[in-house]
Amino acid sequence: MNTANQYLKAIYLVQRMDDGPAATGRVADSLDVSPASANEMIGKLEDRGLAEHEKYKGVSLTEEGITQAENALQTYCILERFLANVLGVEEFRNEAQQLEPVIDETVAERLDTIIDRADECPDCFDAEADACCYLAESCEGAD
Amino acid sequence: MSVDQRVDSDHQLARLLQIGVVLEEVVEARAYRHYQSLAEEDRDLEADVEALLEEAATESARHRERLEELVDELDADSIPFEDIETLVEARYGRTKPEDFDGVLYDQLCNEETAYKFYDDLIDAIEASDAAFSLEREHVVDVLTEIRDEEAEGVEEVTRIMEARE
Repeated sequence: MNTANQYLKAIYLVQRMDDGPAATGRVADSLDVSPASANEMIGKLEDRGLAEHEKYKGVSLTEEGITQAENALQTYCILERFLANVLGVEEFRNEAQQLEPVIDETVAERLDTIIDRADECPDCFDAEADACCYLAESCEGAD
Repeated sequence: MSVDQRVDSDHQLARLLQIGVVLEEVVEARAYRHYQSLAEEDRDLEADVEALLEEAATESARHRERLEELVDELDADSIPFEDIETLVEARYGRTKPEDFDGVLYDQLCNEETAYKFYDDLIDAIEASDAAFSLEREHVVDVLTEIRDEEAEGVEEVTRIMEARE
């Protein structure tokens, strides 16, 4: 997954958790990068029409940014599910974060063919737990 | 968490190679299943397409073995490959290609996806200054050979698809 998509996913999740624009500091923290780096990338996302930044409030994704972020989150979900359910990796969160930059969406789609993923993915992602709710066992109505 | 596209440890490298093994397993199973079902249903198959699917399965098996050899030499936990084989088999035992062009298109996606995976992995290894317990040059050489075979596969499928148009 390329760097821009990782930022879009991070902004999307912070927005979902905070129920409003995402503060740059929160985005930087979630990606473990400096606020300066986060600012620079957010500027690029704005230039591409994927995000809007409002001074003192934070950054919000545009419709196009949300679509792209949801695709990136879906790729991340596939990675987590693949590591946990297929390879039996206990530390699937950490490993998914490490591998995320190297695994392309098309590769994840192939891995997805051997995972039973819910139709509502990625809406069912538990942002607080940083995991697919089926792995975090926090899905509403899940077994 | 990191936004850098690089591989920093034996463990991470082994995990990526394991993902490559599963990817090859998936490709192998798809090619084999497609080959089997087509051979039963369509007696007028063109020989080059049959040969392509058969070769794809053989090539994936060879790639998988080469990746497994690398993983074995790294300091990493093993994963239950027998279970994975069973899982992949179970998935593809139930599926059938929709039509002939669908099979070729699927095979093209397989080859392109594998190419992209190895290309990204090579870049990520080259971008890293970490010391692996395997010689970096050897890993990159093996992955480059595999990637180039995937590129040849893309060209071969494209050639057959174009000839059918």
